[in-house]
Amino acid sequence: MPSINKLVLSNGLLVLLQEIHTSPIISHWLWYRVGSRNEVPGCTGISHWTEHMQFKGTPQYPASVLDKAIAREGGYWNAFTHSDWTTYFETMPADKIGLALRLEADRMTQSLFSPKEVASERTVIISERQGSENEPLFLLGEEVQAAAFRVHSYHHEIIGDLADLQTIQRDDLYRHYRTYYIPNNAVLSVAGDFDSEEMLVRIRELFEPIPSGEQPSTHVRPEPPQPGERRVTVEGPGETSYVQISSHAPSATQPDFFPYLVMDSLLTGPSNLNIFTGGISNKTSRLYRALVEKELAVAIGGGVGATIDPHLHSIILTVHPQRTPNEVIGALDDEIKRLQDTPPPIEEIARAVKQARAIFAYGSESISNQGFWMGCSEMFATYDWFLNYLERLATVTPADVQRLAQTYLRPQNRVVGVYIPKR
Amino acid sequence: MTQKTSPPIHDPLSSLPGPDDITRAELPNGIIVLARQNFNSPSVVISGALTVGSLFDQDEKLGLASFTASALMRGTEQRDFRKIYDDLESVGASLGFDGGTHTTGFGGRALAEDLDMLLALLAETLRQPVFPSKQVERLRAQILTALAIRTQDTGEMASEAFDGIVYRDHPYSRLEDGNPLTVQAITREDLIEFHHRCYGPRGMIMAIVGAVQPSEVIEKIARVLGDWENSLQPVSPSLPPVTSLTETITRKVTIPDKFQSDLVIGAAGPERRSPNYLSALLGNSILGQFGMMGRIGDVVRVQAGLAYHVFSSLSGGLGPGPWDVSAGVDPANVERAIELIRAEIARFVCEPVTAEELTDNQSNFIGRLPLSLESNGGVAASLINLERHDLGLDYYRRYPDLIRAITAEQILEAARCYLHPERLAIAVAGP
Repeated sequence: MPSINKLVLSNGLLVLLQEIHTSPIISHWLWYRVGSRNEVPGCTGISHWTEHMQFKGTPQYPASVLDKAIAREGGYWNAFTHSDWTTYFETMPADKIGLALRLEADRMTQSLFSPKEVASERTVIISERQGSENEPLFLLGEEVQAAAFRVHSYHHEIIGDLADLQTIQRDDLYRHYRTYYIPNNAVLSVAGDFDSEEMLVRIRELFEPIPSGEQPSTHVRPEPPQPGERRVTVEGPGETSYVQISSHAPSATQPDFFPYLVMDSLLTGPSNLNIFTGGISNKTSRLYRALVEKELAVAIGGGVGATIDPHLHSIILTVHPQRTPNEVIGALDDEIKRLQDTPPPIEEIARAVKQARAIFAYGSESISNQGFWMGCSEMFATYDWFLNYLERLATVTPADVQRLAQTYLRPQNRVVGVYIPKR
Repeated sequence: MTQKTSPPIHDPLSSLPGPDDITRAELPNGIIVLARQNFNSPSVVISGALTVGSLFDQDEKLGLASFTASALMRGTEQRDFRKIYDDLESVGASLGFDGGTHTTGFGGRALAEDLDMLLALLAETLRQPVFPSKQVERLRAQILTALAIRTQDTGEMASEAFDGIVYRDHPYSRLEDGNPLTVQAITREDLIEFHHRCYGPRGMIMAIVGAVQPSEVIEKIARVLGDWENSLQPVSPSLPPVTSLTETITRKVTIPDKFQSDLVIGAAGPERRSPNYLSALLGNSILGQFGMMGRIGDVVRVQAGLAYHVFSSLSGGLGPGPWDVSAGVDPANVERAIELIRAEIARFVCEPVTAEELTDNQSNFIGRLPLSLESNGGVAASLINLERHDLGLDYYRRYPDLIRAITAEQILEAARCYLHPERLAIAVAGP
């Protein structure tokens, strides 16, 4: 693993640099500690909408210029809003990275949020939500998540509720922007073909003059323990039934998180850690064998996210056309019981670790992926979390996995969601 | 901001694949192997294609080529389904096949230490699949479910309706996965017969990129696939010409209870070997790709706020794939979006692109090339592209000059060749 430079500028901006000289490319990521987790009813979706507005221009880089500037240089850029964070990235030919640095430093404070642009983006975002609503699994996922979080702001989808998308105003967005887009609430991660000392000089020049702001307060309300199993049904178009079973899971920094990853890998297959490439198949996972090979389901998937507060572990099943959701849930429960009753063989855990090792190797081909993880892991833990990932997995024992199955996979800790097609 | 003063660590052009670092070999049975080493990561990617696809399918058994491709990994003479996936997944490797129209593609990856297993499995699944009855039936249910899900997908259904208009009486109007009736009609014997007759080494292309010496890898491939022969292997059927539309044709597919409509507007575009392909590709970027999705994105998304996703694409390959504009819009805004897109297509074929648009897009095409070739998978795909379209091993080194040579007049000429605003196919799927 190449050496990392990590330091905090005088205004509180955390900077992480990693030199990778395999390709003439630099990937530049600017992260803000804000996402749907920081939102309250009435303003759901405001973090994601703010992200869209960051592409609408500053006095120095008007929208029409901004759209073309990166592309003209052969770069690729985009942004993602998550429950815990928002990130903006540019992956560019190494000799053009100055543009990304200038542009991100500029739009940390100078975005215009013009009322006209806010109005046209409102309908674009509503269109984005409508596109998701066309998908049965979005409709089901939204209801399951809402049922799982009665109190915590993980209750709502990142895109936000339609009612709020219709009513949020320009000043709400601008206030959100100015509150959270400050250097002491941000992380800059840069990976690729550069000299760290030179890069740091350029970063200081552009970012250090930006004054720090008042540290935003977060009023996140912890979710109380769930007192019993919750069930939701969603009816919608189609012929196919789906089941989503979501259990409250540990946060990324709780000791149970890594054993949980192993448990999920055994049940639904290895997680894909690589944001720009596909993962591997899951046809030897316990649930594939118990549900797909037994022709109860035609596909299974699942995963657990790395988040600041405890979020959900989800198992998603596409029900076989000749079977019912209840039959599938019954067979799934049998598999969970098997794991609760008997610790998994040590070889099965070793296999999950080897799979993760291979997936790590695939991810190391991509400079963008390296830049991503350096910053992302700082959002919910520190970069060590990512660097020690494989080591931590390797310490997981069969007894750990059994205990987790007994603790987290109890019915009382889950929401069972069923999508029922209206034929 | 001062630009980097020290000399660049890499010369961007020389980092691109070229004749000096691609090894190309043809095995005696016709398989072409392209290899490029990359020891920066301990992994290896394989990618390739065989000259077998849905063009071979009879109408009543449409989907046979695709079904066969999906069934290859369901069991071989040496390994059953469980063993195949145990061997793969236990080491974090992957392998998969995908039946297309002209070709059947395959792709896989592994740690370099597991490459022998991956190649042995590739050879077995290609040469000795046994299509176990139980697995065939299980797979059939999965395919039928996928087809049922597809009928609910507004984007897929708009695209299918679009192909029905543009490629009427042409094989491109047929869905390579078939439909429920034809998939039900396919028997296990059909799969066995199809594999026996159509799968063979002639015309097969394969690329390997990663932590392995090219000479070593070619030897390994020769060992597992070098003695593969099939005297029955048919020649790919030639494509009939696409008949141009004589007027604009609109088709609407109703999918009740959906929240958004998808629309596809366009015509048949150039095939990859057409002399004006690169001009059309660069023009397409100006029309609906560059920055926030080009001119179309500017009008439909940025100015009118009508759509989150709206862009144009050019998908010609071995044959004349579509040149189209896709958008997802509120059902109430479909007509307005169609009019805006038609007006942009009309402008695009009426006047040349501006000098600024041309240089911006040329610069984008040239600059982004190293990004697309960053990973082993990207390089493998590029090597297949070189071979499939006979572009030459020096293509990526020549590419900047080829792009810089394109003129606004050539783009206009290419646009006029394929896009006619008064003769478009318009397909809409939604509530």
